[in-house]
Amino acid sequence: MLGGFDFDVIWRSLPYLFFEGMRFTVMLTALATAGGVVLGTLIALMRLSGLPLLPQIAALYANLMRSLPFVLVIFWFYFLIPYIGQWITGASRPIAVGAFASALITFTLFEAAYFSEIMRAGIQSIPRGQVAAGYALGLTYWQVMGYIVLPQAFRNMLPVLLTQTIILFQDTSLVYVISITDFLGAASKVAQRDGRLVEMYLFAALVYFVISFAASQVVKRLQSNTAIVAGH
Amino acid sequence: MNYNWNWGIFWQPSPEGTGTYLDMLLSGLQWTLATAAFAWVLALLLGSIVGVVRTLPSRWGGRLATAYVEFFRNIPLLVQLFLWFFVLPELLPRGAGLWLKQLPNAPFWTASVGLGFYMSARVAEQVRAGIGALPRGQAMAGRALGLTTAQVYVYVLLPMAYRIILPPLTSEFLNTIKNTSVALTIGLLELTGRARSMQEFSFQVFEAFTAATILYLLVNAVVVLGMRFLERRVAVPGYFAGK
Repeated sequence: MLGGFDFDVIWRSLPYLFFEGMRFTVMLTALATAGGVVLGTLIALMRLSGLPLLPQIAALYANLMRSLPFVLVIFWFYFLIPYIGQWITGASRPIAVGAFASALITFTLFEAAYFSEIMRAGIQSIPRGQVAAGYALGLTYWQVMGYIVLPQAFRNMLPVLLTQTIILFQDTSLVYVISITDFLGAASKVAQRDGRLVEMYLFAALVYFVISFAASQVVKRLQSNTAIVAGH
Repeated sequence: MNYNWNWGIFWQPSPEGTGTYLDMLLSGLQWTLATAAFAWVLALLLGSIVGVVRTLPSRWGGRLATAYVEFFRNIPLLVQLFLWFFVLPELLPRGAGLWLKQLPNAPFWTASVGLGFYMSARVAEQVRAGIGALPRGQAMAGRALGLTTAQVYVYVLLPMAYRIILPPLTSEFLNTIKNTSVALTIGLLELTGRARSMQEFSFQVFEAFTAATILYLLVNAVVVLGMRFLERRVAVPGYFAGK
């Protein structure tokens, strides 16, 4: 069984796994979270605005993205982004987009749909009286949102936003389907090159587990610290 | 955009020689649905057991169930499928491992079981939450009537708990269907994978993905409508009147 377990292959590939693979995974997670939260907040604001058409467009976007498998969405954007780039820049042929840029755009747009639902709940958790009070003081819409509603919404939703970030971190492994070298991609390349699938995949699972589990424990801590009513 | 649209592609024969491109996508849909159905049954079964154990007073049972949930929740699905597909057969005794590798439709069984375990951790959390949402008096009343713990769960707690968690279970079921697409990495010929092959054979990228998108949306709509019907069907008069 584990008699032939080769720890050495893990040891030898550690620099590659972490400096190449994990760096990509962490960068993608961090940037896509930042972009996704910003875009998601805008979508949530669109959805809650009483303007014509904007709420419908926002709802359509959020619901469409959330009804499709992420793998399919990754393929969609992978092939679509060069054409959109051509359209924007007016080039004569579809432009080549780097692997990281392509993945980042895809993850930001996809996760924005999920973040928008979280932010919508956060914004709706703020009593309407606060918004009315803000307007009564003569603040503009963006001032009311920027100084009163959004800071509280973020704080209330912080644990949920972080939990979604952990999910995003795990989802980044799906870039495997477009052959990008993230952490799992790096592990997989070593596994196939050296014929050490058991060692590399077990190690990859362990690393993902340790990071996700530790992060979720931190979120749990945070949750019980910020919760208004203590749990039973 | 200088892209050559060709919507007639679906009625052209696919190079696999078993029918048109449309047939190829529909067979993918069948695999998607079969895998999701099998995984969902497994997820409901395991998830219910683990969820119930988490609400029992037993200390070790609770710890074990928590460990189970954390294990399946903190490893990406793709990595879990690789563990089931590539690693498990190597760790088993030689005979059993060989049998697993040579199983007909191995990607289907691996994907179903792997996805079933993955989703079961989520179902377990819902079941636990559903039981926790019931007034404590219900379990006490059951016990006061002389029911055993098993009877309290089967006749009193679970019937109500399942009704409470029906809406989140619906989204978990939808997640199960969506997640089957990850299994294209271990060679399951499901819908997204088939759309991808159609793109490779015919170069009609956007037609292939549009068709897959529409099929997923249709399945979604059918499931949502079905579950709404089920919710109304099993609703207990007097409960959840606000909805």
